[in-house]
Amino acid sequence: MSDTHSESVAFVRDTFIPEQPAPSSATGVVKWLQDNLFPTWLNGLLTVVSIFVIYKLLASTMPWMLNGLWNTESLAACREVLDGTTGACFSVITERWNQLLFGFKYPQEEYWRPLLAFGLMFVALAPVLFFDLPRKLLIVTALFPFAAYWLIWGGAIYTPLLALAGFVVGYFVYAAFVKGSFATGFFGGIAAALVVWIIGGMLIPEGANDTAMLKAVPSRDLGGFMLNMMLGLTCVSLSVPLGIALALGRQSDLPLIKIICVVFIEFVRGVPLITLLFVANVMLAYFFPPGSGVDLFLRVVIMITMFSAAYIAEVIRGGLAALPKGQYEAADSLGLDYPQAMRLIILPQALKISIPGIVNVAVGLFKDTTLVSVISMFDLVGMIRGPILASTDWNGVYWELFMFASVLFFVVCYGISQYSQWLERRLATDHR
Amino acid sequence: MKKTVFLGALTVAGLAAGVAAAGTLDDVKARGKLNCGVTTGLVGFAAPDANGEWNGFDVAVCRAVAAAVLGDPTAVEFVPTTGKTRFTALASGEIDMLARNTTWTFSRDVDLKFTFTGVNYYDGQGFLAPKALGVSSAKELDGATVCIQTGTTTELNLADFFRANNISYQPVPIETNAEAIQQYTAGACDVYTTDASGLAASRATFEAPGDHVLLPEIVSKEPLGPLVRHGDDEWADTVRWTLNALITAEELGVTSANIGEMSAAAGNNPEINRLLGTEGNLGEMLGLPADWAAKAIMASGNYGEIFEKNIGESTPIGLARGLNAQWTNGGLLYSPPFR
Repeated sequence: MSDTHSESVAFVRDTFIPEQPAPSSATGVVKWLQDNLFPTWLNGLLTVVSIFVIYKLLASTMPWMLNGLWNTESLAACREVLDGTTGACFSVITERWNQLLFGFKYPQEEYWRPLLAFGLMFVALAPVLFFDLPRKLLIVTALFPFAAYWLIWGGAIYTPLLALAGFVVGYFVYAAFVKGSFATGFFGGIAAALVVWIIGGMLIPEGANDTAMLKAVPSRDLGGFMLNMMLGLTCVSLSVPLGIALALGRQSDLPLIKIICVVFIEFVRGVPLITLLFVANVMLAYFFPPGSGVDLFLRVVIMITMFSAAYIAEVIRGGLAALPKGQYEAADSLGLDYPQAMRLIILPQALKISIPGIVNVAVGLFKDTTLVSVISMFDLVGMIRGPILASTDWNGVYWELFMFASVLFFVVCYGISQYSQWLERRLATDHR
Repeated sequence: MKKTVFLGALTVAGLAAGVAAAGTLDDVKARGKLNCGVTTGLVGFAAPDANGEWNGFDVAVCRAVAAAVLGDPTAVEFVPTTGKTRFTALASGEIDMLARNTTWTFSRDVDLKFTFTGVNYYDGQGFLAPKALGVSSAKELDGATVCIQTGTTTELNLADFFRANNISYQPVPIETNAEAIQQYTAGACDVYTTDASGLAASRATFEAPGDHVLLPEIVSKEPLGPLVRHGDDEWADTVRWTLNALITAEELGVTSANIGEMSAAAGNNPEINRLLGTEGNLGEMLGLPADWAAKAIMASGNYGEIFEKNIGESTPIGLARGLNAQWTNGGLLYSPPFR
C-alpha cells in the first residue's frame, strides 16, 4: 500500500528522531509537585494550608522535644536546668523505665525472665502467624505458655509441668476416641486432663515454691507494659477459639446450646468491660473465704476473655453468614460429618472473611487492658497515674510519660494491623 | 435435701469466715505479715520510690503497726487500692487495715461497718488562687469561675459555702486532679478547690509555686485516719494505740534519735516509761511485747518526724502543721494518756 502513495506524499520520514528528555513540566520534581500537591487551584490552596499547619505543629513541639533533658534527678531539677526555656523532662523515663515496663515490684535482678519470655514469644508466634515456616516450630508454640508461665511467675517447676502433662494426656485420649465420635474424644480428653490435674495437684509437695530454681513472683508484683502484653496476648489467644465455638453454637440446631450461646453473647456484650472488671476484683472477693481467693490476674483474664470472645463470636458469625448456602450443601453432599465440614470447608472461608473484624477486636482489646488500672493493677497507665505521678520527684510530668505510653502502644497496634493486611493479601484467592 | 446441704455448707463457710475475721491480731501474727491497704499513689501520703519501696505519711502508719505487732517495720504487704475498691478490700478481709487518706464520716463508720481508729491528718477543703487575682479571702470570690471535681463532696461543700456567704460563682466541672491543674494553669478558672493537702501538693509541681496562694478559708472538715473492720476490738485497739503512741511520743519529746537511750532503762518520766514498756505492763494488756510502742516509734520516728519527713515544710509539698499540731501548740492532736 505504501507504494501507492509514494508519489502523492511529499515527505516520508525514514529515520527515527533522536530521543530527547521529556519536557521539564512532565517529569521530575516539578511534575510530581504539580500532580500531587497543586493539580487544581483548590488542591494547591489546601496544600499551602496543610504545610502551614504542619509547620506550626513542628515549630511548637520540636523545640520542646529537642531541648529535652534525659538525666536530671527530678522535675524540679529539670526546671532548674531549663531555666525558663521550653524543654521536655524525659529524665523521668530514663529513671523509671524499668517500672514502666515491669511494674515497681518485679525484682530487678529477675528482669531477664520476662525478657526471655518476650523473646520466646516471637519464636512461638511465628509458625502461627506465618504458615510458610516449618510446621515443626509449632512444638515451640505448644510449649510456650508453660515456659512463659514458669519464667514470669517462677516458683516450682511442677506446676507448669503438671499443666502440660494434663494437656498431653488429654490430647492422647482425644486422639484415641476421636475416630469413633468427635464428642466422645473431646469430652473424654477434657475429663482425662482434669483427672491428671487433680491427682497431680495432691502430689505436689507443700512449700515446693520456697526451694524453687526460679524465685516465685506473686501476681500482685507484675506490672507495667509487661502486664498489658501478658493480658493482651493471653486474652486474644484464648478468646479466638472460644469465639469460634460460640459463633458455631449460636448457629446450632440444638436449642439448648443455641440458647446458652445467645444468652452468653448478648449478656456479655450488653455490659461494659469495666463493670466486668469490677466484678472480678470486688464482687468475687466476697464469694471466697479470706485468703483463699483465686488469683486476681486469673480473674481479670477470665473476664476480659469472656468479653472479647463475645465480640469475636459476632464477627465470626458475620463471616459464616456471608458464605453462600451452596458451600454448606456441597460439604453435606460430599458426605462429610459436621466437624469435618466445619474444619475443612466452612471455617477456612468464614475465618478469612472475618480477619479484619477479628484484628479490630484484638487491637481494641489490647488497648482496653489499660482499664485494669482502675481496679488497682499497675499496668502501664496505672504505673503512670499512680506511683510515678505520686512521687514527690515527678509529680506534674504528664506529656512525657503519656507520650512514652502511646509510643509503646502504637508500635504494637501498628504491627498487628500491618500483619493483618499482609495476611489478607496472602489469603486472597479470588481473581481481581 | 440437696438444697439443705448446700445451705448448710454456706453457713459453715460463713461461720468459718466470721471466726477467721474475729482474730485479726492473731491472723497477722500467724502470717508474719501485715496486709495494709494504701492508695495507688498520692504525693507525700503513699507512693513507691524508684526502688519500689513504699514511702509516705500513710505508709508510716502501716509500718508502725507492723513494727508494734511483728517487731519488724518491713513486714508489711502493701495492697494498693483505689477510691472505688478500698472499702470492699477491707470488708472482704483482703487487707487487715486501711491507711488511705480516708475521711472519717458517720455513714462510713456506722453504715459501712468500719471502725476508725483515730485521725492522723486533719484535712479540709481549701481554695488555690493566683496571686495576680488579688484576693486574700474566699469571701471576695463573688462571680469567680471555680474548677471543681465532679461527683465529690467538695462540690456540695462549695455550693454550701457560697450560699451561706450569699455570693455567686461559676463552676467549671472537671474529672481528675491532673485535668484540673491543666485547666487552672491555663487560666480556664480563677480558683481551684479541693482538699488543702492536695492543693499544696499540686502547687508544689507548678513552675512558679510562689505565684499562687492558698486562701485561709477551710470550708469543710476532712479528718483522715486509718480504719479497720467493725467488730474486732482487739485489733482496733492495737491500731488505735499505735497511732496514739506516735502522737504521744512527739508530745513527750521521744524521737527516733533518743529512743534507743530512753527505752534501754526506765527514766524519770513515768509516762514515758509506761509508753516505752520499761515500767508497767501496757503491752501485755494489748497482747503485744512490752517494747511494742518503742518498736513502732523506731520504725519511722514520732508523729512530728513522720510529718516533717513526708509532707512538712522541708519537703516540696510544704504543708504547715496547722490543725495537725499538738494540742499544746494550739492544734487538734490530743492523744489519751498511756496509763
